[in-house]
Amino acid sequence: MSFDWIKLLGFIVTPLIASAVGFTYMGLSRKITARVQNRIGPGISQSFIDVVKLYSKKTAINHGLMQHMGPVFAITASITTLLFLPVIKDSIFFANFSFRGDLIFLIYIMVFGQLGMALGAGQTGNPNSAIGVSRGLSQMVGFKVPYVMALVAIMIHAKSTNLQEIIAVQDGFRNWMVFQMPLASLAGLLAYLGYMGYAPFDVPFAPAELASGPPSEFGGKYLALMMTSRSIFTFAKLVLFVDVFFGGASNFIELLIKTFLLYLFALFVGLVNPRFRTEQSIQFWWKWPTAIGALALLLVAWKG
Amino acid sequence: MNPNINDKDSRKIVDIIQSYAQKHSLWVLAYGTGCGAIEIPPTMTSRYDAERFGITGRPTPRMADVLLITGYLATKTLKRVIRSYEQMQSPKYVIGFGSCTINGGMYWDSYNTIKSLDHYLPVDVYINGCMPRPEAVISGFVKLQEMISNGTANGWEKYRDNLDLYRSQQKEVIKNWQMPDYNW
Repeated sequence: MSFDWIKLLGFIVTPLIASAVGFTYMGLSRKITARVQNRIGPGISQSFIDVVKLYSKKTAINHGLMQHMGPVFAITASITTLLFLPVIKDSIFFANFSFRGDLIFLIYIMVFGQLGMALGAGQTGNPNSAIGVSRGLSQMVGFKVPYVMALVAIMIHAKSTNLQEIIAVQDGFRNWMVFQMPLASLAGLLAYLGYMGYAPFDVPFAPAELASGPPSEFGGKYLALMMTSRSIFTFAKLVLFVDVFFGGASNFIELLIKTFLLYLFALFVGLVNPRFRTEQSIQFWWKWPTAIGALALLLVAWKG
Repeated sequence: MNPNINDKDSRKIVDIIQSYAQKHSLWVLAYGTGCGAIEIPPTMTSRYDAERFGITGRPTPRMADVLLITGYLATKTLKRVIRSYEQMQSPKYVIGFGSCTINGGMYWDSYNTIKSLDHYLPVDVYINGCMPRPEAVISGFVKLQEMISNGTANGWEKYRDNLDLYRSQQKEVIKNWQMPDYNW
């Protein structure tokens, strides 16, 4: 097997682009939140400034090896998730590691970062971290059910577990998965709200009641690593949902438009909603989205 | 050859970027001890919008850069403030807010409040007034930003270098010092 230089370059460039886009979206979300609250708000580059400041902190205290490793696990999982996604349709440069069973692999690897963070936060010994971790993992159990149901329905419908083939099925605007499989897409997009962690599903990170939850004992470079990981992971999630439900993107501008609209969806839902308690959000996901996902599975199995 | 290459005042490009970032991203741990805490919500929310300057509140000392001490400090709360300050990651700054942190204010003859905060913690900026209004608070933050870009906001270095002095002054007022020597 010959060594592919183009692909190697892609592995390096993709996470850089992803973190740049992720930080820009985070800055835009702060600006949009400010405008909704009738404020002026910070500039779009505020997230970049914050992360540079955190990286330039002169001290970073850790309480042991696991806290040291937690953010590293998180950023590893984020970059791995991103590298298995076909970011741009039919592009060798951005296809990276995409292979035959990548959608199944992604379902597993996307949990890894949160588990790493949970381990790291567990060692800090802060009770707020422990509560935040337990809430976050409970919520994950909640939204994973409709999410996996939606993805399995789509895999059966497209007769493939490869993201590139799933994108190829959705050729043209009317063949997007949201129109081909409306029920599965609805379940998947409701689960997506939980993935993004905005209100009403932001109880694991609630700053006012939990002192920001799992990262409450992380400062300096550890927090900077976590923020970088979050920016990459946000972009990876958006690309995954655009690939599965909105027909992928054939160039970078289309990708930016689609991912930003999807990001705005989660942001606007978050801006107008108060916060669910953990059991309320789990009840929410196990009621309607799960029922819709089960119906989608039944329909796709009945159609064959 | 560059004449500034051995100049003590010349600053490297990395330092310039770092001080720009430190200046424009101040995360505040608002220690709401006294009545001054009532001025923090209007400063942060829609009316005065301190987020324009990159100033946001943070819930824990680990993440914060600025310790904002709003009002008088009883000796009991001074202990908590010292713990919070030492848990913050340097570079870190302290803003004393209101007359009470300068000279005791209206509690000047109280038996259980401290009179001058900078005997116990290195204060970078004082905002006077009882109460200072949100405009005054924001001008204090802007002053801190100027000091950061000049490189004069080095209270944390002072605290690190003179730890014994500060510690002995702290132990004078905190009689039951049941804390480790340094609170990481």
